[in-house]
Amino acid sequence: MSKSAMLEVKNNDPIGTLRDFFRDLLEKKVVDALLIPKKLPSGDGYCQTLIRNPELLVDVNPLAPTVPVQSARLISHLTIMDPGCKVGAVLKSCEVRAVIELVKFLQVKLDRLILIGVDCLGTYEPSGYAKMSREKGKGGSITGNLLKGAREGKIKPQDGYDLRLACQICEYPNPQNADVIIGLFGHNPQKEIYVELRDGLAGELAEKGILATTEKGSSSRDSVIERLTEERLKRRDEVFDAFRSRVKNLQDLMDALSTCIRCHNCMVACPICYCKECVFKTPTFEHKADQFLRWADRKGGVRMPTDTLLFHLIRLSHMVTSCIGCGLCDSACPNDLPVATLFRAVGQKVQGLFDYTPGRSVDEEPPVATFKEDELQGESGTN
Amino acid sequence: MEEFEPRIIAFLCHWCTYTGADLAGTTRQQYPPNIRIIHMMCSGAVDTIYILKALIDGADGVLIGGCHPGDCHYQTGNYKARRRVGILKEIFHQVGFTEDRIWLRWISASEGKLFADTVTQMVEELKKMGPNPMKKLWLA
Ligand code: SF4
Ligand code: SF4
Ligand code: SF4
Ligand code: FES
Repeated sequence: MSKSAMLEVKNNDPIGTLRDFFRDLLEKKVVDALLIPKKLPSGDGYCQTLIRNPELLVDVNPLAPTVPVQSARLISHLTIMDPGCKVGAVLKSCEVRAVIELVKFLQVKLDRLILIGVDCLGTYEPSGYAKMSREKGKGGSITGNLLKGAREGKIKPQDGYDLRLACQICEYPNPQNADVIIGLFGHNPQKEIYVELRDGLAGELAEKGILATTEKGSSSRDSVIERLTEERLKRRDEVFDAFRSRVKNLQDLMDALSTCIRCHNCMVACPICYCKECVFKTPTFEHKADQFLRWADRKGGVRMPTDTLLFHLIRLSHMVTSCIGCGLCDSACPNDLPVATLFRAVGQKVQGLFDYTPGRSVDEEPPVATFKEDELQGESGTN
Repeated sequence: MEEFEPRIIAFLCHWCTYTGADLAGTTRQQYPPNIRIIHMMCSGAVDTIYILKALIDGADGVLIGGCHPGDCHYQTGNYKARRRVGILKEIFHQVGFTEDRIWLRWISASEGKLFADTVTQMVEELKKMGPNPMKKLWLA
C-alpha cells in the first residue's frame, strides 16, 4: 500500500524544489545519508555522491539525465554489510530493478535502505552530455529541456544528440518497487511533482512535517505512462526484430561481435555480473604458450586475445535471465558493439521460458537459482 | 575420404553415469570409442562454461550424465543441471546455433547398457549432423 501527494514547485524550479525535499529528508533524519547525483565541478556531468552534510546538496540533481555507473553496484557496497544507519538512494527505474535483482542474489540488503525512484526522462551518454554542456557553457538547462516533455510524455532529446538506445527502448519509464517515487509524467513540472510513499514512510513524513499524503494516485500520470510504455515497446520490438534478422547463425553472431576486443568493459559495467571471483578475472584464461599454439595448430590459426565468443556466451548463460536492460554494457563498449541488444533480445526469450521479469519483485526467485521438478523434461531425452 | 568420426566430451556424475560407464566396460557392452569422459562429482557441478569451452574448441557433441530425478546425492544437482542446459539451449536457439550437440541424460550406476546405447545413438546422430563448424573457427 502507498500514499501520494503533489509537491508544489517553488519559483518554477522543480530541481530546486526536489533539492529542498531531500534536504528535509536528510535534516529531519528520515535518512542518515543520501546517495544522489551531484554535478561535477567541471560541469561535464554528474556522479552519484553519498551525502551526509546537507550543505553538499547544492548542485545535486535527482533528475540528472546520465547514468555514468549502475548505482545498484554502489548500493551493494553500501548495504552488503550493515551500514549502521539509514541510507537513501535516488535511482532511475533501471537502477531500482537492478537493486531488486541484487537483493535476490544476496548482494544488497534492503533493511536500512530507502529506495527513492525517479521517473526517468532518459539519459545521454556521459560523453554526449559533457560535449553538450561545454557547447552550452553551463549545461544547466539540459535537464530542463528534457523536462519540457514530461507532462505529455513526449521527450525530445537535444538537437544533434540521441538518448541512449537502452533508454529509447525502455519499457519501464516509471520506477516500481521503490519506497519513494518521484513522478514527473502527466503533470506540469514547473508547477507540481507527484510523490508516492510507502505506507510507513508516509506516516513518518507527515509526522515530521515534510509532506502530507492522501490516498494513492494520479490518473493523468498513469495514462501518460501507459502511452509512453506502448511507444517504447513498439520501438523495442523494432530493435529486437532488426537484431534477429541480422543474427541468424554462428557466422552472423561472429560478425555482429567481430570488433570485440574482449576488454570485459561490458561485464564490469553490468550490475548483474557481480561475481567477485568471475571466471574471467581468474587465471583460467591465462593459458600457457603451448596451449595457444596447439589451438592455432588445430584451427590453422587463432585470433588473439582468444575466447571472445566464449566470453559472451558464458555471460549470457550466467546472467541473461536477470538482465534488466540498463544498457550500461553498450555505454561501456569502446567499439559500439550491440551488446545490450544481444542480451535484451536473447534475455526476452530465456526469461520468457520461466515467465520471469527481472526487477519485478523480490519474491520471485531468479531462474538460475531455482528449478521445478516437472519442467524441461525434454532436455533429458525423456519427454 | 575417411568417414567422419565425431568426438564427444562427456561430463559424468561420479555417483551414477560415471559408474554406469564403468559397468558398461566391465560387462563388455560395446559402444563406439568416440567419447572422452570427464569425471564430475555431480551433474550440478557442470557449469555452462565447460560445455561451451568444449563446443567452441571443436567437440562435436557434449554429453552430461546425471542421476535420475530424486536420486542425486546432493539432492537437487541434477535439476539444476537441467535448468542450466535448458537456458543454454534456448540461448543457442536464439542466436541460431544448433542445440542438438548438447545431450543431457539420466543414467544410473546400474544402467551400463543404457550408457552404451546412449553413446552409440549419440555418435550416429552426430555423424548425420557432420563436424561441428566451430572446429575451424579461428576467430572464435
Ligand atoms: S547485460 Fe547490459 S543491459 Fe543487461 S543488465 Fe547487464 S549491463 Fe544492463
Ligand atoms: S560472467 Fe559469470 S562468473 Fe563472470 S561475473 Fe558474470 S555471472 Fe559472474
Ligand atoms: S565492452 Fe565491447 S569490446 Fe569490450 S568485451 Fe564487451 S563487447 Fe567486447
Ligand atoms: S550426484 Fe549424480 S547428479 Fe547429483
